[in-house]
Amino acid sequence: MVRHRKLGERIGTFFMFAGPTTLIFTVVMVLPFLYGIFLTFTDWDGQANSFAFVGFQNYRIALFDPVFWTSLWLTLRYAIVGVFLTNAVAFFLAYILTSGVKASGFFRAGFFTPNLIGGIVLGFVWQFIFSRVFPQIGRAMGWTLFSTSWLSDPNKAFWALVIVTVWQYSGYMMVIYIAGLVSVPGELLEAASIEGAGSWAKLRRIILPLIRPSVIVCFFLTIQRCFMVYDLNLSLTNGGPYRSTTLISMNVYQTAFLSRQYGPGQAEAIFLFFVVAGVSLAQVYFGKRKEVEM
Amino acid sequence: MSTRKVGFAPARVASAIKTLFLLVLFILYMFPFFMVVLNSLKRDTEVISSPIAPPSSIYWENYRMAFEKMKFMRAFGNSLIITTASVAAIVLLSSMCAHYLVRNKTKLSTFLYLTMVAAMIIPFQAIMIPLLKIYGSIGMLNNRWVLVFMYIGFGAPFAIFLFHGFIKVIPRELEEAAIIDGCGRYAVFFKIILPLLQPVIMTVVILDVLWIWNDFLLPSLVLLNQASRTLPLSTYYFYGTYTVNYGCLLASLVMTMVPVIIMYMFSQRFILKGIIAGAIK
Repeated sequence: MVRHRKLGERIGTFFMFAGPTTLIFTVVMVLPFLYGIFLTFTDWDGQANSFAFVGFQNYRIALFDPVFWTSLWLTLRYAIVGVFLTNAVAFFLAYILTSGVKASGFFRAGFFTPNLIGGIVLGFVWQFIFSRVFPQIGRAMGWTLFSTSWLSDPNKAFWALVIVTVWQYSGYMMVIYIAGLVSVPGELLEAASIEGAGSWAKLRRIILPLIRPSVIVCFFLTIQRCFMVYDLNLSLTNGGPYRSTTLISMNVYQTAFLSRQYGPGQAEAIFLFFVVAGVSLAQVYFGKRKEVEM
Repeated sequence: MSTRKVGFAPARVASAIKTLFLLVLFILYMFPFFMVVLNSLKRDTEVISSPIAPPSSIYWENYRMAFEKMKFMRAFGNSLIITTASVAAIVLLSSMCAHYLVRNKTKLSTFLYLTMVAAMIIPFQAIMIPLLKIYGSIGMLNNRWVLVFMYIGFGAPFAIFLFHGFIKVIPRELEEAAIIDGCGRYAVFFKIILPLLQPVIMTVVILDVLWIWNDFLLPSLVLLNQASRTLPLSTYYFYGTYTVNYGCLLASLVMTMVPVIIMYMFSQRFILKGIIAGAIK
């Protein structure tokens, strides 16, 4: 009897404390994710209630689709350029801000501001800047680089996307780098100075090894965001001109919801999942290795 | 550092140059916002002909028109309801769940926790198509509360991850002492654990408010009804359907940004702290 009641009580506690979250998590994330994998092996068209198994056909369609590869390649280029520029700018800002300048709190808050605002609005803000303000400045100053809208040139539209990305994320990563930099013990740097180390040597030999965890976090956060960006892509360039800036997320959306190719679209999404999951696992691996105690 | 105390002139010059350099960068960073605000106060013809010139006269009409046409108050109210409800539910449900998972080490709770941690790496795009199919087929799209429900599901793993790490280091004796004093399970959680969680709750609230308030893709798929649109959705559709008047469009952007900027001015320190705590874990 006693054991019975205890079991009942334990089940009751589980349902009261963990039940709601477990249930919601399962029906919002787990089931759709598993169902999504299942759907890639069927010929579901978005409407019909019945569908047949088609094996790996959706993956074949996705992998032989040049449009998919173009957007994947573009996303890769965008991510590589975006990640390096964002982190270079972010670290640079953090480094100056922690080197004893006036009003560093004000600057820190200011550079972070773009991260408070959603990608849709930021994209529209910059769309106006690139298509109206820059051409005007370009014409007034005689700079041919800016004389036409960057958003109507396939090559420059890519860089417009990169610039906005770096502008936005550098403030976010800067905050994380600052947290790392202020935790570097001052005595260590002073000791190095006394022994004749220049600023470059201090940066390479002391600061960078000590803030390794921040560097890893920032790099992987930027990589993940670059691979999943959608809002900014939609409002700034809408994938154009001539599909030249359609990143992978937008491509999944278009394949599934605009071309109504749900199977191949979901296959592309699963592919994206593997890329993002791989990046995250790499982060765990590099984060654990050779961790420097702070 | 120590050189500053000595007050060498070169050190002061270097500091001044650095500050000046930062100021230039700051102006560059703020330039887009400044341009948008400036042009939102002009007549459309002026925006087109000379976007960098100051307005010849301040034209507030843009704001009035944008406010009405994008149904600002309705969209703002929707965003507020959805964000508040989702974040409150995420905090409450996830902290309770994390508490249970930490204090009841069974195979099931370990499995649950690991599943949630693993789920954090799933990108939304991998879920959106089946999610729409499932919820569409049972007629549950087009409802704000279903969106809140989904946000709880998507937000829970990260929140539980943060709460889990924090509850683990709260000494168990604290709870045992309370139970001996006659506290029930709920009293232990709400009177002892929850107040201790305050710093993590701040982190979860900040990260989730920024995410949900600004989110576009999920609400654009779930909220098909015009009346339930959130602020990002309303801005997006306003831009799509009303491309003629630039001044008016820019005014709509300013109105969308201002509430967040005001909130930021008052809670800047907490927000930046929350970002750091959420990133470093």
